[in-house]
Amino acid sequence: MAYSDKVIEHYNHPRNVGSLPKEDPNVGTGLVGAPECGDVMKLQMKINPQTQVIEEAKFKTFGCGSAIASSSLATEWVKGKTVEEAMKIKNTDIVRELSLPPVKIHCSVLAEDAIKAAITDWKRKKGSDAPAAAEESAAARS
Amino acid sequence: MAIKLPVYLDNHATTPVDPRVVEAMLPYYTQIFGNAASRNHEFGWNAEQAVENARSQIAKLINATPKEIIFTSGATESNNLAIKGAAEMYREKGNHIITQVTEHKAVLDSCKRLEKYGYEVTYLPVEKDGRINLDDLRRAITPKTILITIMYANNEIGVVQPIAEIGKIAKERGVFFHVDGVQAVGKIPVDVQKDNIDLLSVTAHKIYGPKGVGALYVRRKNPRVQLAALIDGGGHERGMRSGTLNVPGIVGFGKACEICMNEMGEEAERMRRLRERLKDGLFSRLDEVFINGSMTYRLPNNLNISFAYVEGESLLMGIHDIAVSSGSACTSATLEPSYVLKALGVGEDLAHTSIRFGLGRFNTEEEVDYTVDRVVETVSRLRELSPLYEMAKEGVDLSKMQWKAE
Repeated sequence: MAYSDKVIEHYNHPRNVGSLPKEDPNVGTGLVGAPECGDVMKLQMKINPQTQVIEEAKFKTFGCGSAIASSSLATEWVKGKTVEEAMKIKNTDIVRELSLPPVKIHCSVLAEDAIKAAITDWKRKKGSDAPAAAEESAAARS
Repeated sequence: MAIKLPVYLDNHATTPVDPRVVEAMLPYYTQIFGNAASRNHEFGWNAEQAVENARSQIAKLINATPKEIIFTSGATESNNLAIKGAAEMYREKGNHIITQVTEHKAVLDSCKRLEKYGYEVTYLPVEKDGRINLDDLRRAITPKTILITIMYANNEIGVVQPIAEIGKIAKERGVFFHVDGVQAVGKIPVDVQKDNIDLLSVTAHKIYGPKGVGALYVRRKNPRVQLAALIDGGGHERGMRSGTLNVPGIVGFGKACEICMNEMGEEAERMRRLRERLKDGLFSRLDEVFINGSMTYRLPNNLNISFAYVEGESLLMGIHDIAVSSGSACTSATLEPSYVLKALGVGEDLAHTSIRFGLGRFNTEEEVDYTVDRVVETVSRLRELSPLYEMAKEGVDLSKMQWKAE
């Protein structure tokens, strides 16, 4: 299969690879996918509780080149955005940016899921925001 | 070290044509171009003579007689002809066929087709090492069984089945024995007499011959095997396969067999050394790598390894100047991980991380060393990127995780 230049670029030079401390109350962790399906993404973000701005984002991905590129791109995009803005990132934006073929669309879906899962995790940690977080997460899925 | 890139290590898929084979073929395109079935002029006679010479070369490699060789377009056709042809011919004797789960699709799908027409097929399981259990086979045979079809060596994992033992059982029970010999013939000794094989599929392009030509060995005595033809027409090939013979291809096939006959012993040893060099190189520098299938009963040129925590397609992308195959779902047309590895009990998580290395006549030590370096470098890099590797190193039991799959 031929990969787009952007996928190859992200695969060769993935941005923001690594991990953030899971226990940090300001860090949200999203772990999505399954090894049996050949894709697992872990996306973490450190969020400023006052401004709600995502100050740092890190990822690790087990998956094909398109999965790696989708999650690498996701970390690039969420950095500097507010939580609310990050929730608006759609998998179709990722598909367009990376020129993913139809068989690779699930990689972009997984990246969107990872962003949402990380934010949900962060909100859950905030405790008091939990009902709002659940609501927002449900809204995002619909 | 100057090696030519990309490196070709996918010799189970196909092989380059040996220059000696090309040379033997060339006159049969422009000078000796006759139809081997033309009985009344020299062009035809010369073509026929060339075909008969090739028939002998092929027969010799498998210890058959020339008349027992039927030319086809390749092993897919040979497998179809053997299975469907025998099923139709012996329909009155019975309707039961025995095969096993890691066969090539040309065998499995031929069997599935017959199921639609009322035949019954037993698909034997394989053990963890990829070989069938002979007791399973004995138990599966019924008075209705007309054919056992088991491959000599598997195309993904190179595992060699206990063919001589199966042949003995088949003969004792009076059941015909078909063998898909595509990966084994020319690589390891195959003897239709010693192994009691009644039907054997072979193809030229896996043994440094041209694509588009294959053969089916059809036993003529003890017992005599008859087949219903799939392709009707001029009655070529003892009526079993009509159609004008591909003379240049057949000449190349014969030459390829002759070279294998002369060089197989030495070449197998060389393949084995290269394979061990590849295996040792990878195992000494990487942890959590697993061999799929038996290492004892295996083609000398095959290595199939799972690199845990690294998805196969991403690994292929990292070693793009090395041509290999993966059992990962992402690299298959069906988006399912390898059914062969699944049959061995390899978990789907590990099946996604598997790579098949197929060594061949023209590979060198330098190419193997380059491959080891590139694979080690890429696996290490991708493991740094793998959340699974990180979790495993932290002591998380991945099999007990609740995964939120789509």
